[in-house]
Amino acid sequence: MTEQIKSPVTDDRKAATGTDEEFELIAAQAALDEERLPREQRNRLRALRRRERKAKWSVARSLLKHLMIIAVAAVMIYPLLWMVVSSLRPTDVIFREPGLFLQTFQWENYAEGWTALSHPFGHFMLNSAIVVLGSIIGNLVSCSMAAYAFARLEFRFKGLFFAIMLMTIMLPIHVIIVPQYIMFSQLGWVNTFLPLIVPKLLATDAFFIFLMVQFIRGIPRDIDEAARIDGAGHPRIFLQVILPLMVPALATTTIFTFIWTWSDFFSSLIYLTDPDMFTVPVALRAFVDATSESNWGALFAMSIVTLLPVFIAFVLGQKFLVKGIATTGMK
Amino acid sequence: MSALGELSRLKTSPGRGKTKIKIKHKDNKAAYWFLLPWLVGLVAITIGPMFMSLYLSFTDYNLLQAPVWSGFENIVRMMEDARLHNSLKVTFIYVLVGVPLQLALALGVAMLLDRGMRGLAIYRSIFYLPSLLGSSVAIAVLWKQIFGTSGLVNQFLAMVGIQGPGWISDPNTALGTLILLNVWTFGSPMIIFLAALRQVPVMYYEASSIDGASKFRQFITITLPMISPIIFFNLVLQVIGAFQSFTQAFIVSGGKGGPSDSTMFFTLYLYQQGFGRFDMGYASAIAWLLVVIVGAFTAINFLASKYWVFYDD
Repeated sequence: MTEQIKSPVTDDRKAATGTDEEFELIAAQAALDEERLPREQRNRLRALRRRERKAKWSVARSLLKHLMIIAVAAVMIYPLLWMVVSSLRPTDVIFREPGLFLQTFQWENYAEGWTALSHPFGHFMLNSAIVVLGSIIGNLVSCSMAAYAFARLEFRFKGLFFAIMLMTIMLPIHVIIVPQYIMFSQLGWVNTFLPLIVPKLLATDAFFIFLMVQFIRGIPRDIDEAARIDGAGHPRIFLQVILPLMVPALATTTIFTFIWTWSDFFSSLIYLTDPDMFTVPVALRAFVDATSESNWGALFAMSIVTLLPVFIAFVLGQKFLVKGIATTGMK
Repeated sequence: MSALGELSRLKTSPGRGKTKIKIKHKDNKAAYWFLLPWLVGLVAITIGPMFMSLYLSFTDYNLLQAPVWSGFENIVRMMEDARLHNSLKVTFIYVLVGVPLQLALALGVAMLLDRGMRGLAIYRSIFYLPSLLGSSVAIAVLWKQIFGTSGLVNQFLAMVGIQGPGWISDPNTALGTLILLNVWTFGSPMIIFLAALRQVPVMYYEASSIDGASKFRQFITITLPMISPIIFFNLVLQVIGAFQSFTQAFIVSGGKGGPSDSTMFFTLYLYQQGFGRFDMGYASAIAWLLVVIVGAFTAINFLASKYWVFYDD
């Protein structure tokens, strides 16, 4: 009995040692055979071997790859980290300390920067928030309506309109800014938020129309057909069927609009000259102009304050940002 | 797929649905209601002002008095305006040096990040963040410090005993710092490259490595041709974007385009003429020159693409 039980074990061992020998044998045979193989196959066999050998190095190579990436990332991100740290340092230290080590936290820069201009910085942030909110609502409503028409409806001049819409994405804003300024100033809109918000209500950010068209095209048409058979018209299909299904595209639009409008300097520079109406970018610029070299700490602090909302939007909305870029390819 | 792809496809399939024209227009009424805001915007905010600015290009207009027709005076002035020519030169250098560098880095890093590596999401975020922040005033402020006479860069150089110049106050290096800022925002083309690299079928690489192709050979003969439409797409977009850069040059140079006009971007010059001196007629003419140049560059890109962009379908 014991013999019978043991023997498979020893057999196993034999088999285990046997495999090594067998392997060697096969390898030797293969080496012999290789000489007889046609050249093409021989090359393949060698390539396979090379790959096996390479596998050993793959750990080392992946480590090297990570090191390279980390090096690039560190160089890129260092200035940002340094700005954050420097905003907590006295100004004279900013100009002689390139490191990231912080001995004491000094929040004075923030307090000083916050009240450095004619209004506290919160005032400008509120202005920006109003413009951003108006722009988001404008883009969401007007672009989704246009996108529904382009993606789902058949109408005269559709091809032409669609081509025009795509071309306006690439049109430099500078070519229309002069007459636009003249028009808005005649309407008495200079130093109001209207020139910054009204164009968004009229779907001039065609990029988002395109993004939403792409998204709606991916929604199966059967769903609208079913709603139509139930007697729904286009407004209802749009509001109750399509809109709820395109929430991811709406989220992407919201985040991009938020970030772009929050940082948009050019339009604010042109339309807002009254400090009372300043948005964050022009307020920061006014701060740059007002400070000499002496107040960099406060300037850095307010720069961080203006970047913070963008950073938060980035962290919360990363998934939508990456998807939005990958499918439509824009900043 | 992309906006550019859509445009070229529209061009290549004219009158696709002519036979079913009656069915095609069935939604006319509803469609125009849905398009109403966009149509109003197109006419009032985009196309109307475009024609208006074309008209203003041939006038003398200072906002206070009505525009006075001046014929080709603005165009003659543009031909003689040395500062304008300089601003063109500055902008061309910025675009022709900055964009290729940015795209090369974007592709390089995207290749390193390709295919399921550990920590991919974190790396991607770190590289992408600067593109989101790059056009803001705050980053321009940071740049102004970093490349200042006693800025971060020179502090590091001092550690190894080098006395660096004031990068921003030196006309020879000021534009370089702005190009670097553009390169720093390589994250968004990188993400587009990442998506494109994933589309290349793995079997191509497997087949070629069995045939003994080196990594470099694979890059030249598989990767580059397969992603060439995306390289093209990124190139067109980044060139158009770079021509319109404004904020960074404005902040870094304090709105003056200095030192000695070395960072006087085309757009900055336009701003100075239009909104500094309220010379609206001349500013309109300059703006149209920008459109012509950007249009010409895009057209050249499209024409040249025939020779190097490879479409798989």
